[in-house]
Amino acid sequence: MINKDLVIVGGGSAGLAAAISAYDSGVKDILLIEKNSELGGILNQCIHNGFGLQKFKEELTGPEYASRYIKEFKERKIESFLETLVLGINDKLEVRIINSKVGVETIKAKAIIMAMGCNERTRGQISIPGDRPRGVFTAGLAQKYLNIDGYLVGKNVYILGSGDIGLIMARRMTLEGANVIGVSELMPYSNGLTRNIVQCLNDFNIPLKLHNTVTKIIGKDKLEAIEISDVDDNLRPIKGTEQIIKCDALLLSVGLYPFNSLLVNAKAKSYSKTKGAFVDQNLETSIKGVFSCGNVLHVHDLVDFVSLEGEIAGKNAAKLILNGRKSVKNIINVIEGENVNYVLPNVINVTDGLDKVEFSFRVKMPIKRGEIRILDGTNIIKKIRANDLLPSEMKRISLTNFDFNNVKQIKVEVRVN
Amino acid sequence: MEKEFVCIVCPNGCRIKVDDSGKISGYTCIRGLNYVKQELVDPRRGLTSTFKVVHGRNLVCPCRSNVSVPKDKMIDIIKEIDKLNVEAPIQIHQVVIKNVLNLGVDIIATKEIEKDE
Repeated sequence: MINKDLVIVGGGSAGLAAAISAYDSGVKDILLIEKNSELGGILNQCIHNGFGLQKFKEELTGPEYASRYIKEFKERKIESFLETLVLGINDKLEVRIINSKVGVETIKAKAIIMAMGCNERTRGQISIPGDRPRGVFTAGLAQKYLNIDGYLVGKNVYILGSGDIGLIMARRMTLEGANVIGVSELMPYSNGLTRNIVQCLNDFNIPLKLHNTVTKIIGKDKLEAIEISDVDDNLRPIKGTEQIIKCDALLLSVGLYPFNSLLVNAKAKSYSKTKGAFVDQNLETSIKGVFSCGNVLHVHDLVDFVSLEGEIAGKNAAKLILNGRKSVKNIINVIEGENVNYVLPNVINVTDGLDKVEFSFRVKMPIKRGEIRILDGTNIIKKIRANDLLPSEMKRISLTNFDFNNVKQIKVEVRVN
Repeated sequence: MEKEFVCIVCPNGCRIKVDDSGKISGYTCIRGLNYVKQELVDPRRGLTSTFKVVHGRNLVCPCRSNVSVPKDKMIDIIKEIDKLNVEAPIQIHQVVIKNVLNLGVDIIATKEIEKDE
C-alpha cells in the first residue's frame, strides 16, 4: 500500500491541469497515473491547430497545447506513473493499479480526481447492418494510425458522421493523398464546429450529405463498398434512395461518450444525459472525495474548457485535503429546462461563503436567436441573450452574487426568440 | 451579390457578410475582419502535418507552417514534408524546412521528440 494525498487518473488535458492546480493550491504529495507511455493524452494525435484560443489567446496545435501543460507539470516535479492501468477505485479512496514495475498495487488517497477522457462510439453501438470486413474504423483510431503511427488506413474514404474528428480527418487524409468521397450526417444539421465544415470540407469540395446515413457495409475480407440512404424525419432510411459507394475505408465519427466505467463500477451515481458522473459545483461525485473533470465528466468540444474543469477539480480537491469538509447548509437540485439537453453541475451543496456557481450546458437543437435563462422555480434569476447556439458547442454561464441559501431548485433553459 | 463567409479564426464561427460595395459586416473582432479581407484577395490556411523521424521515441513528429500558406499550395507543401527524414532528438519549434517552395514559409516541429536510447 502506497499513501498519497491526491491521486489523479489520466494524464491528458484534464489530468495535467488538475495536477498543476492542486499543486499550486498547496497539495504537493500528488501521483498522476497515465496508461500511455507519454503525457498529453489525445492532444498528441490532434496535430491540427485551433487549440488554446480561450486559454492562451493564441492558436496552437494539440501537441503544442499539451507541451505547455507538460512543461508546467514537470517544473513542479509532480510524480507520475506512465504505462499504468487503474483497475478500480472504491469509496475508501483506494486506487488499484497495475504496471510492469510494481505489479498490482493499492494506493490510498485523501482525494482522487478522475480524468480519463472519453471513448468513440463504434459500429456496434450504432448497429450498421452488413458484412464485417476490415476497413471500418472510428475516426479517432484512423487519426492515431496516421498521426502517431504514420500510415493511411485507406485511399478511397467515406466518413459517417460530421463530428469534428471526422471533419478534421477528411482534410488530413485529403492532404495526404487519399480521395475522401463524402460525409453523411444522420441529423439535418452538422454536429461539428462550423469552422471545421468550412476549412475541412468546403475547402476541398467534399460533399456533406445531411439526413443521410450508411445502411449497409459490403465486403468479404476487406471493405469494398457501402450503401448510403437518405432518412426521413424519424431518421429511418427511405426506400429507393439507396446509393452504392465504392470505398476501402469507412470512418465513423458518430459521437463520443465519457470513459466512465471506473466510477460506474465503484457505484458512483451517473447522469443519464451525459453518461458521466453526477457532480456538485466542486465537481465532486457522489463518492465523497472523488472528483471528475474533463471529457470523462461530459464530452467537450474545446480543450480549453477541459483544462478549466481540470483546474477547478484540482483546486477543490486541494481545498478538501487541506481544510477538510465544510458543513452543507442547503442542497439545490439543478435541472435542465426547455431546449437544454443537459446542464452541470447536477447539484449545488451550499456551504458558507458560496457566491458563485458556473453552469455548463448544451442546447438540444440549433437556436438562431435565443435567451439563456437561469430560474429559481419560476422566477428568472438571470437572463442573457445568445445567438447561434448549437448542440455541438457547449456553453457556460455563471451565477454570481446570488444568495444560494433559500433556493431548492435551479433550472437552466433557453427560450427561442 | 452579397457574399457570406464563416470565419474560421476561432471556434465562434462568426458569419461575416460582404456586400456589393465591399462593406464588411458581422465580424465580432478585428481578426475576423482581417480574415475576410485576406480571404477576398488571397485565401490562406494554417497547415499541419507530420514527418518521419529517425532514431526517435516516436515514429513521426507533428509539424506546422510558421505562418499561413496559400490555400492552393497546401498539397504541394505536404509532398515536401513527406520527403523528410529527421534525426532525433527534435526540439519543439525546430525548423525542419526553411522557406518551403520559396513561399517564405518555414515548416516547424510542434513536439519535442527524444532520442530512442
